[in-house]
Amino acid sequence: MPTASSLQHTAALEAPNDLLVLIPAFNESACIAGVLSELWEILPGCAVVVVDDCSRDATAQLAEQAGAQVLRLPHHLGLGGAVQAGYKLAYELGYEVVIRIDGDGQHDPRDIRRIYDTLKETGVEMVIGSRFLPESSGYKTTFLRGLVIRFFRLMLRPILAQPVRDPTSGFVGVNRAALELFSRVFPLEYPEIEALVVLQRCVFRFREVPCSMRPRAGGQSSITLWKSVYYIVHVLLGVFVNILKMDVRRLGGR
Amino acid sequence: MPPMQSLVAAVTLVLIAAVLVQVRRAHIRVEYSVSWLGAGLALLAVTFYPGLLPRLANFAGLQDESLTLLLLVGCIFLFVLFRLSIVVSALKDNNIALAQRLAILEYHLSHLNEKETQRS
Repeated sequence: MPTASSLQHTAALEAPNDLLVLIPAFNESACIAGVLSELWEILPGCAVVVVDDCSRDATAQLAEQAGAQVLRLPHHLGLGGAVQAGYKLAYELGYEVVIRIDGDGQHDPRDIRRIYDTLKETGVEMVIGSRFLPESSGYKTTFLRGLVIRFFRLMLRPILAQPVRDPTSGFVGVNRAALELFSRVFPLEYPEIEALVVLQRCVFRFREVPCSMRPRAGGQSSITLWKSVYYIVHVLLGVFVNILKMDVRRLGGR
Repeated sequence: MPPMQSLVAAVTLVLIAAVLVQVRRAHIRVEYSVSWLGAGLALLAVTFYPGLLPRLANFAGLQDESLTLLLLVGCIFLFVLFRLSIVVSALKDNNIALAQRLAILEYHLSHLNEKETQRS
């Protein structure tokens, strides 16, 4: 399999009409314009919606000035609420594929095409841009964060009945079936891991493709030690609740 | 009446009065005052009806009536808080759904306005 870096193209690719790129953003005024201009360099004319989660800075204005459509939330909903709002809008607008990238410039838009193609070619409902596949270009995480990711990998393996290398990745593409599901049911605070279990509940499939991850283009990460502990507890509870909701008969019929 | 029961009775009366005042001022909706008023009345019944607390203590296998009263207060308010957690969770879900719907409608509206402006 080619590596993420070897697949990077410098030439612009035509953006598919049925693709919407979703960028949830909260106080990302330092990065959002750069993220959008880089995205359109790679995928000219690509439909983009920035979901502004009631930022206190000029994120929404800068995104609009850059030419993006902006979905302005009336108050701060958190990542899951913002992403779900974007999914609901994309579903209403009739998009077939929605790919979510972060507003801090960490995701390389050159990887969007690979996620899109994998969704189309394999027919899986969700594709994750993974930082930890052997082909992914060298992402270095902190020891603590690496430990947490390993823990969730081990925990999810029996639940999902397949391995997942990067369950916390926010670089995710979904097709219309998953879009319809996530418009109705989506974890509202820390969505990535719980969304996998929600998919599993509906016997939907996912696949991982290599992607590259870069340092933040600007601004500050909101992750603190206390938030990390809260994250683990919250996600564990969320996964447990989702397991309780699983329809055993449907899973048995896989 | 033992001092512990007198204290609980006094606090309960203040609680009931405060809830009624807040309901009158429309700061607490009537349906959410029911839990507090029910809890208050249950505590008043225990403190004013002399035979009830020893019977409850006996039923729970406890020697100390004050401890029984404290446990009862704890259980009642645990129930009230549990009920309010359900209410708050439902409200939060509704609030998120409403905020999302509002944002989406504003999005559609601004696009309609743009189209209208372009047409005229």
